[in-house]
Amino acid sequence: MNKLFIYIFLLLNLVLLNSVSGQRFPKPEFEKGHTQPELHQSPPRMLVLEYVDVIVLIVALSIASYLIIKKRSRRGIFWLSVFSLLYFGFYREGCVCSIGAIQNVTLALFNPNYNIPITTILFFILPLIYTLFYGRTFCSGVCPLGAIQDLIVFKPIELKKWTQAVLRIIPYIYLSLSVLYAATASDFIICKYDPFVGFFRLDAKFYMFLLGGGFLISGMFIARPYCRFFCPYGLILNWLSRFSKYHMQITPTTCIQCRLCENSCPFDAIDKPEELNIQTDKIVLIRKYLLLILIIPSLIFIGGYTGRQMNNVLAKVNPTVQLAEEIFRYNIKIKNQKNKLPENIEVEGFKASGKTEKQLFTEASVIIEKFKTGGMLVGGFLGLAIGLMLANLSVYKYRKNYTPNKGECFSCGRCINFCPIKIENNIKIIIKKYEATQ
Amino acid sequence: MERREFVNKGIRLSLLLSLAGLTGSLLQNTFSDDYVWQIDANKCTQCGRCVTSCILTPSAVKVVHIHDMCGYCDLCGGYFKPETKNLTTGAENQLCPTNAITRTYIEDPFFEYNINEDLCIGCGKCVAGCDAFGNGSLQLQVRHEICVNCNQCAIATDCPADAFKRVPANKPNLFKGFSGEGADFKT
Ligand code: SF4
Ligand code: SF4
Ligand code: SF4
Ligand code: SF4
Repeated sequence: MNKLFIYIFLLLNLVLLNSVSGQRFPKPEFEKGHTQPELHQSPPRMLVLEYVDVIVLIVALSIASYLIIKKRSRRGIFWLSVFSLLYFGFYREGCVCSIGAIQNVTLALFNPNYNIPITTILFFILPLIYTLFYGRTFCSGVCPLGAIQDLIVFKPIELKKWTQAVLRIIPYIYLSLSVLYAATASDFIICKYDPFVGFFRLDAKFYMFLLGGGFLISGMFIARPYCRFFCPYGLILNWLSRFSKYHMQITPTTCIQCRLCENSCPFDAIDKPEELNIQTDKIVLIRKYLLLILIIPSLIFIGGYTGRQMNNVLAKVNPTVQLAEEIFRYNIKIKNQKNKLPENIEVEGFKASGKTEKQLFTEASVIIEKFKTGGMLVGGFLGLAIGLMLANLSVYKYRKNYTPNKGECFSCGRCINFCPIKIENNIKIIIKKYEATQ
Repeated sequence: MERREFVNKGIRLSLLLSLAGLTGSLLQNTFSDDYVWQIDANKCTQCGRCVTSCILTPSAVKVVHIHDMCGYCDLCGGYFKPETKNLTTGAENQLCPTNAITRTYIEDPFFEYNINEDLCIGCGKCVAGCDAFGNGSLQLQVRHEICVNCNQCAIATDCPADAFKRVPANKPNLFKGFSGEGADFKT
């Protein structure tokens, strides 16, 4: 009987001790003075530095805009690219970049629990505003991803028009998917598949090095492949730049149609002059417009429908859905085999979380349901994008001079050097003429 | 041409306004600090993925020893393999695959354990051992001077226990049963 009491006493003691200090073995009181080592803290990067980054961004954007619009200096842009590559790329190691910030912004809009840091908002919004005024000067020499590709352009080849047209659809897909996955808090795919961040950090998974290396090697011949055919932020910039207030011009005064700049752009971003070609046949015209009016809505509809049907596939990226599938598969296996299976990491992790399977499955099905709307929106958006591309083909273009395509042009300034007209020359000519009249 | 300029101007203005609107709505949900990634030690199951999933090699995740919580045990569950008979510092007795833990004699029967973070690969074997047999004073944490603070942490995507969280940079630790600043315990 006595023994039992002692046991109970001990047990009580243990429980009490546990609830007081949370420890099985209390920290000893040392007889000799023993100094306990300090907890090794690891402070994150100083907040001030994040704001310094924003200031550097503003300064770099202003310099780029000045260099390309006022100074018209390719060499200046080149050195700015080198600086941005070193600062935003290798020193800052890439995160958060403006491209990736698309996802943070989306997450913040759809997820009230996520507070977006002010610096991230600024990294997202500042280049957009500059682009609305000066064209894609962010791409010209501020974006580290653009800079690394721009600096390795070696022997650019011209891509067939239709190849370009097809490849141009990829950014629309990439942008809409990254927004979808960020909005559903599934994953940040832009960051996951950022091909260059591994180089900036000089450390990455093997497949990322492979991907980045592929981009760099092909980038020697297909100039700026990521910018032109993948970058989702570039797509937004492209659309904003079309309405920009100022934009770089190839010639400082008027084009004399010398055609020297015709093939100077490694990105095929120079629009050639086009004859005014007015279709006079009313019937043909009406048929064309009718077709467009019918085609665009039906493309949107088809896209939306397909997207909605694909919700199961799309939702597979979401970790909760993945886990639910894993557990489901595991349960089936157990049923079939009847003997004990080794638990895998996912199952163990789930069991430790204390959630019930039912909770998990309801959560997953709610998410899959959300992907119905999401998939529909993504599909509809893609349909609209393709429709507008088609419509663009049949719009009359009239152009007298060689001009950079405001959407595609990265404002890199290469073509400027090909134009034989130089402001300095002009002034000299004017001065000469003036002297002759004296 | 003039009409076109006019249309462009209108579109530009409306785009500017919508950018302003977007910024405004984002600002309602903002904070002036930055985020860093941290492991919620309450949730971590020491699955071992932290070793391989981090984009850095070796991983930015290391084990942290909270001496305030430690019992200074002779038979340390985090230091020795469970079947060890002679409590000596022989490599064959150590749980840690890289011998990153040092054991120092203080006074009978107490020993102090320290982590050599350069050797630690973040596998969490010691964490599991200390959790099972000791006080749980060894905990996995993201070390911020190593971590490059990826916008999307690669381990967070892979973590089966959903233990990775974005935490404000001025509170960068998430210990279990310990607030991280002083010698206070929270259970
Ligand atoms: S297109 Fe994208 S990757 Fe290229 S420079 Fe512009 S923002 Fe950077
Ligand atoms: S600045 Fe000239 S060369 Fe450079 S992308 Fe624009 S059009 Fe092409
Ligand atoms: S991946 Fe998650 S559960 Fe596994 S060791 Fe890291 S934090 Fe712990
Ligand atoms: S944020 Fe990046 S560097 Fe830091 S732990 Fe995660 S994967 Fe590793």
